[in-house]
Amino acid sequence: MTEKKIRVLVAKPGLDGHDRGAKVVARALRDAGMEVIYTGLRQTPEMIAEAALQEDVDVVGLSILSGAHMALTPRVMELLKANGQTHVKVFLGGIIPDEDLQRLKEMGVTGVFGPGASTEDIVRDVRMALAG
Amino acid sequence: MTYSQSVLDGDRLALARLLTQVENDSAEGRAALIELFPYTGRAHLIGVTGSPGTGKSSLVNQLTLHYRKTSGKRVAVVAVDPSSPFTGGAVLGDRVRMRDLSGDPGVFIRSMATRGSLGGLAQSTANMAQVFDAAGFDIVIIETVGAGQSEVDVARLAHTTLVVEAPGLGDDIQAIKAGILEIADILVVNKADRPGVENAEKALKSMLELAHPAQRVFKHHGTYMSESVPANKVEAGLWIPPIQRTISTEGRGIVELADAIARHLTHLTQSGGWAIRERARLEVELDALIRETLVSRFRETVPQQQYEDVLERIVQRELSPWEAVKMLMQK
Repeated sequence: MTEKKIRVLVAKPGLDGHDRGAKVVARALRDAGMEVIYTGLRQTPEMIAEAALQEDVDVVGLSILSGAHMALTPRVMELLKANGQTHVKVFLGGIIPDEDLQRLKEMGVTGVFGPGASTEDIVRDVRMALAG
Repeated sequence: MTYSQSVLDGDRLALARLLTQVENDSAEGRAALIELFPYTGRAHLIGVTGSPGTGKSSLVNQLTLHYRKTSGKRVAVVAVDPSSPFTGGAVLGDRVRMRDLSGDPGVFIRSMATRGSLGGLAQSTANMAQVFDAAGFDIVIIETVGAGQSEVDVARLAHTTLVVEAPGLGDDIQAIKAGILEIADILVVNKADRPGVENAEKALKSMLELAHPAQRVFKHHGTYMSESVPANKVEAGLWIPPIQRTISTEGRGIVELADAIARHLTHLTQSGGWAIRERARLEVELDALIRETLVSRFRETVPQQQYEDVLERIVQRELSPWEAVKMLMQK
């Protein structure tokens, strides 16, 4: 029985303590049949990259509401790359101003979801990113 | 380079990738397991089980921290959480309690979902533990799903099984029921700062006093696997599960718990229990493989259409399942 499950790390880097959004997304991905590893609040980029490596995930979802996304995201991307996990797709959720979107894309972020994004869209985009 | 060679060389990414292959039971995963098998059999496998919310993950966190601080031993953790029976998805949250272990290259934590298995472990948990064993981890801690009463698979896999209880979860009737408490080599009453800890401990103690202390028997596919010890060796061979109080959020009782685990390990090696358990575990594994191979070989000889037809006749109550098996096997 060879069955490839999509494994996703949902992580909250930085100092804000609002994980409702991360939990909603984790739950939605679970209901879409994925295996979601949730690591809890206040993770450093190092902790996130280490967890992504040990869990051999296909996707990392970062939830950031503190405004520190332009500092935290590139650091996570760098560490993933340093660990040899260049195939991992990174998604971002939270409060992300439109003017940052272009630079985040250039960093290699696959998708960004703000307030009001539907969980169906998130599931679809994750699946598409891995298929394509 | 093959997976197994990279894993033996200590490549963490290769290890993570191989664990995925093994979990998915892929051809690559199987090939690597064969190559790694000669390197297994060295690690001390510690099972941690107990009801949901008793603090298993926090306890594993503290225990691992303790091992890392007091010895050079490398520790792997396999943490199992349930898959949804409806969608097959899962939220694996054990790492939330293990954040203290982050950044230590001597620790490797891997979460896995049960993927439909019911015994508290996943189908491939034993194989994952073998990979860690071969990769040179001295201690492999296997944390089961929050287990209620009959999820006892972990005792067949682990050398030392901890059953974690917490105050307020049940009375002495719960404690004399068959199942999970029977498999404990060490009983842990966690959250010992909560009211009711004396009662919980008393219930467990009275359960232990009622138990027949001189032998432990595993019912194992029809035959009894006896772990009884010869009369003259009872003194040395007797292991009465100790009850350890812990408060894992504060790290209290952990040193004593680690001592109890060490005593159990000594007991296993001196009494011959280690060899008996290894043998029993490998026998279960061999039997499972034989069963699986026979089933798939058999299914190859029966055309799908015929199988469906027979199934339909059973559904229509024209044929009993027993007759059906006889019929299918005869040709």
